[in-house]
Amino acid sequence: MKKSPFIGLYIIMAVLLVLPFVLPNSFYVDLAIRMAINAIIVLGLNLLIGFAGQISLGHAGFLGIGAYATAALPSHFGWHPMLALLAGAAAAGLLAAIVARPIFKLKGHYLAMATLGLGIIINIVVRNEAAWTGGPDGMPVPAMSLAGFEISGDKHWYWIVAVLLSVSVWASLNLIDSPFGRALRALHGSEVASKVVGVDVVRYKVAIFVLSAVFASIMGSVTAHYVGFVTPNLADFFHSIELVTMVVIGGMASVYGSVVGAVLLTALPQALTSFEGWETVIFGAILMLCMIFLPKGLVPTLAAKFSSGE
Amino acid sequence: MALLEVKDLSIHFGGVKAVQNVSFTIDAGIVYAVIGPNGAGKTTLFNLITGVYTPTTGTILLDGESIGGKSPDALARRGVARTFQNLQICMNMDAIENVMVGAHLRLDRNLLKAALRWPVLKRRDRELRGEAAELMRFVGLQDYINTRADSMPYGALKRLEIARALAMKPRLIFLDEPAAGLNPKETIEVDALVRKVADSGVTVVLVEHDMKMVMNLSDRILVLDYGRKLTEGTGLEVRSNPDVIAAYLGAHA
Repeated sequence: MKKSPFIGLYIIMAVLLVLPFVLPNSFYVDLAIRMAINAIIVLGLNLLIGFAGQISLGHAGFLGIGAYATAALPSHFGWHPMLALLAGAAAAGLLAAIVARPIFKLKGHYLAMATLGLGIIINIVVRNEAAWTGGPDGMPVPAMSLAGFEISGDKHWYWIVAVLLSVSVWASLNLIDSPFGRALRALHGSEVASKVVGVDVVRYKVAIFVLSAVFASIMGSVTAHYVGFVTPNLADFFHSIELVTMVVIGGMASVYGSVVGAVLLTALPQALTSFEGWETVIFGAILMLCMIFLPKGLVPTLAAKFSSGE
Repeated sequence: MALLEVKDLSIHFGGVKAVQNVSFTIDAGIVYAVIGPNGAGKTTLFNLITGVYTPTTGTILLDGESIGGKSPDALARRGVARTFQNLQICMNMDAIENVMVGAHLRLDRNLLKAALRWPVLKRRDRELRGEAAELMRFVGLQDYINTRADSMPYGALKRLEIARALAMKPRLIFLDEPAAGLNPKETIEVDALVRKVADSGVTVVLVEHDMKMVMNLSDRILVLDYGRKLTEGTGLEVRSNPDVIAAYLGAHA
């Protein structure tokens, strides 16, 4: 009998429960929150890249849409932050749906280029429309409030993000082990075979692209609220690459790999700060070593080692 | 009425006329073989009928309804299944999941219900896993029910393709060289499996190079050469046709 796929989720939940009581100061709480936010984005991205086998090099653009919706709509139009968050998610989803149809006629390098272009366009819009977005300087974000209760500070956001992460892991695990998820993995494994059994391949690619864009947008909004300020860097190319790197290092087509990849790559730059000036070099070297020795990513490689050693 | 009726079917790739003016009909419940030398257009013909290619000209009728140029998923919805000559197995999945994908159209594919672990959907999925295991036993893969597809031998993967196709509960199944690359013992087993499939009420269309298997199984045989129909008939008729002998042995008739 197979082990329950949910064991990892219970471990994550236990860690999330204990963490606030053992972390020495707010620096670590902040780090934990950013890890969890990244983990949720990477979960969505891994559904697209790892499970469905479709690359996106512009995902930070969707993050930017959510973040700037959250920043701009309440300040300029007096929208409720929750409404702004939903509007951002809807806009990101709609944009993803509109561009996905033509984009997913492309494959491999062409798909990578198209999504790269999409991300860059979003970033340029955010940078240039200074009247709405504050341009390169960014803009402050009003606080989120729910039913008259203002959400602010590490403690609030920690628990919100912890719940979101747990739910996202649970939902991702459910999704991949469902007819929808099997169709996604099948079109990755063999596109022609999945077509012939009746999978409408383009529709599935579009659906998962939209879903991952909505994930990213919502987390963009959460990031904006949590940090209290948005800058175009959130939506730039390097951030997109960083997210893809988290998918790859953690493990393609691995739900837990997404979490591990996000946690490690969020922590690594912090851990390397003592190397002053050399941190980027060492960061790059670590990534290269990972790809050479763990080409399938951390979690799948270790899982394979573990199960064959038994 | 014939289950499948193909009339003047052609497809051109640039200047290459891969299939030219081919016509034939297939009655429900029979085993129909398509043979011919390499490059005769057999697989192309399969790709045309199963929606992978769009015909340049000609019509394909399934139960009297025109299906030429329809997408593969539209054909799957009408009960047309196929296997591939060059394996098309999802190596990123378990063997049994490959079979379960075959039942795609019979399931509730709702994304939200899936993410929320909807109980009805989950129960149906468990039943399906049982059905898929049953199908794997049917094709002789009982030893691989809990195996990942990428750790299965070639011969087993050929059968896995058949199990996946059967999971669609098709009316018409196209088998593209099910015995290619198999040793004589495995070939005999696949021969028996195709018989079993046909006996279960599915109409079988077979491309195969193993003549013993073709002659043994087929009710009717279509012979293609250079994309054209050379002849069609029972095994006996085809075997004694001088054009067929010429095509295979390269003699000038």
